[in-house]
Amino acid sequence: MRTPVLVAALLLATPLVAACTENAPGDAGGSGGSVDGRTITVTSTADGCELSTAQAPAGHLTFDVTNDGSQVTEFYLLGEDGLRIVGEVENIGPELSRQLVVNAPAGSYVTACKPGMKGDGIRSDFTVTESAAAPSVSADDQQLVGTALDNYRAYVQDQSDQLVARTRDFVQLYRAGDDDRARAVYPEARTHWERIETVAESFGDLDPKMDAREADLEPGQKWTGWHRIEKDLWPAEAEDYTPLTTKQRAAYADDLMRNTEILDGRVQKLSYTVDQIANGSRGLLEEVATGKVTGEEEAWSHTDLWDFQANVDGARVAFEGVQPIVEQHDPDLATALTTRFAELQKLLDAQRTATGFTFYDDLTQDHVQALANAVNALAEPLSRLTAAVLP
Amino acid sequence: MADAVPTARARDAFAFRGAHQAGIVTPAQDRLHFAAFDVITGSRAQLIALLEAWTAAADRMTRGLPAGEVGPTEGASSLPPDDTGEAIGLPVSGLTITFGFGPSLFRDDRGRDRFGLADRQPTALRTLPHFPGDLLDPERSYGDLCVQACADDPQVAVHAIRNLARIGFGTVAVRWSQLGFGRTSTTSTSQSTPRNLFGFKDGTANVKAEETDAVAEHVWVGEDDDPQAGWLAGGSYLVTRRINMTIEVWDRQPLGDQEAFIGRTKDSGAPLSGGDELSEPDFTMPGSDGPVIPRDSHVRVVHPDFNHGARMLRRGYNFVDGTDALGGLNAGLFFIAFVRDPDTHFIPIQNRMARSDAMMEYLKVTGSALFAAPPGAAAGEYVGQALFS
Repeated sequence: MRTPVLVAALLLATPLVAACTENAPGDAGGSGGSVDGRTITVTSTADGCELSTAQAPAGHLTFDVTNDGSQVTEFYLLGEDGLRIVGEVENIGPELSRQLVVNAPAGSYVTACKPGMKGDGIRSDFTVTESAAAPSVSADDQQLVGTALDNYRAYVQDQSDQLVARTRDFVQLYRAGDDDRARAVYPEARTHWERIETVAESFGDLDPKMDAREADLEPGQKWTGWHRIEKDLWPAEAEDYTPLTTKQRAAYADDLMRNTEILDGRVQKLSYTVDQIANGSRGLLEEVATGKVTGEEEAWSHTDLWDFQANVDGARVAFEGVQPIVEQHDPDLATALTTRFAELQKLLDAQRTATGFTFYDDLTQDHVQALANAVNALAEPLSRLTAAVLP
Repeated sequence: MADAVPTARARDAFAFRGAHQAGIVTPAQDRLHFAAFDVITGSRAQLIALLEAWTAAADRMTRGLPAGEVGPTEGASSLPPDDTGEAIGLPVSGLTITFGFGPSLFRDDRGRDRFGLADRQPTALRTLPHFPGDLLDPERSYGDLCVQACADDPQVAVHAIRNLARIGFGTVAVRWSQLGFGRTSTTSTSQSTPRNLFGFKDGTANVKAEETDAVAEHVWVGEDDDPQAGWLAGGSYLVTRRINMTIEVWDRQPLGDQEAFIGRTKDSGAPLSGGDELSEPDFTMPGSDGPVIPRDSHVRVVHPDFNHGARMLRRGYNFVDGTDALGGLNAGLFFIAFVRDPDTHFIPIQNRMARSDAMMEYLKVTGSALFAAPPGAAAGEYVGQALFS
């Protein structure tokens, strides 16, 4: 059933590829511009910024930027005021090319090449004329972005607060030797970590101390954090395992608590950009795909589905925060993501129990396969989210 | 092989005998079959007899002749043929066969001398340490002996391993083996750089056969490198790592991110600091957020400039071993490197990569092994003879 669709797609794609090739970076400096005037070649040099045309029809525009200078350059499409960034492409090395694709409504713009990434750049006026393919007039992106940033920041701060509180509960129970209750709190406390895992992991000094798995260690590295304690609480499958003494328990518990507080102190000060939020959503699904769906994260407790749900929670919240922007830029993507999140959630809900979720080692291969399929189904459109929130 | 075409065979053949083993600086062929063996006898004489038989068979097969002296169809109808026959009519396809000795050949896991070779074990020939990101499958790791068969035709490479394994029954047993279908490295300036399964050109900065000084400095073990392992002079250490790529997750990364992880453009393979594929990366060139070649990019992390000048001769192959239990590709790079000393040319670089290479997020190492590849066998010698005499 799928083959004919693929073939059709390939046939359709071919002329497009051919069209792109005609405008390959190699012949920058030629007359430039595509048949429909939507591809503009840009040549950036030490003291020049040459565009193949100063005018294009409204809709999707592609700027093929080639750097003929000797320093790294950037290219900007700015609003009429010369301040508002409509689109940008950074880090174009000498003799290299990059593309900027924007969806621009009719109006006056300013283009700028910035060789050496300094100053205001080499600027020119650029005009986008009325066309049938013009994007619909959108609500004020800035306002939508502002709301999304505020909401996401508040969400991460709240999760970090709860992480501190629940980690405190956990380490107290563990220190006191109340193992049954510590085991019950373990996945619940980690839920708050996993919901903001991409933020928490961004602190490269803390993550290895807090969330390293045994296989992640390098020679000589001391193993601390959640998974060290996990192994001590669920030693049944560990070979030749010597339980930690009360004193050792206290040391590992205090270390985890201290690092959690340091993390919280940093997280409370963070702010985000809209593409970071979108990347965070994508990143959390990657965490699911590489660690949770395979049961590698919680090797001893097998509480992987708690983490799975928490990653999905975090990814969904991040998506929902930017959803109004996506609905303006790419309504089909917004619909696809809403549907796929719901489908994945339905599978997770089927594994809920009175105390949480089915343990990973009790899942059948069919369950795991269905979850993996749903993760792939969601991750594929989610990988286009960042591009859809940018102008 | 009565229907052999000598001219075709002659054109594609690489000499098996010489100062160094073939299959190291030989221009990398397109296909690989690599096998690791456990020695199942305690008899030194039997082990030597096997090396003699393997040497004779390898010498024949790399000249396009059958593994045995009789041939696949020429023998008595009452006997099984002494060559399995699937290479009948195929050109020699540049076949090279390269042998190596693992640390466990010298001492067993309790440190006992197995074949009277313990006092000749090279100091650097030890089981590789655990590296972060290693999720090793013991059934795809280690081994007492190894054979690397490379050819431009996969059936020729498989034929070589199959016949050598057959010759070895009773003395050795196959521990694991790996097929590779596309070379990922260039070992000669006459070759173009191929792509790995991430879609990037790989091995651009590899040590090439034509760089004779670099080969002498970084690949061949020197006369005085290791007083107790003089037999290894002119040989090399052979590292294998079965590196699974998380293909599906990688494919969802934006192009700009993929290029930032690697530090090169996907299109031409030029470093992000500009130029073309062969331009030297400029790690100091500023970008909009730190250097334009990110600090955690693969090209920077493993570059000789940040590794005390150490270079490797890489000879890896792409592999796809079907799909995993969840329908993902069981695929990646079967990494092979030949180095003069793993303690300076592999272990520190691997640790640095595991610690700080952005690409590690998409890699899982499932197999690992280290072997000492002895120098080449001269006429009348068997491979590794100096170790036993």
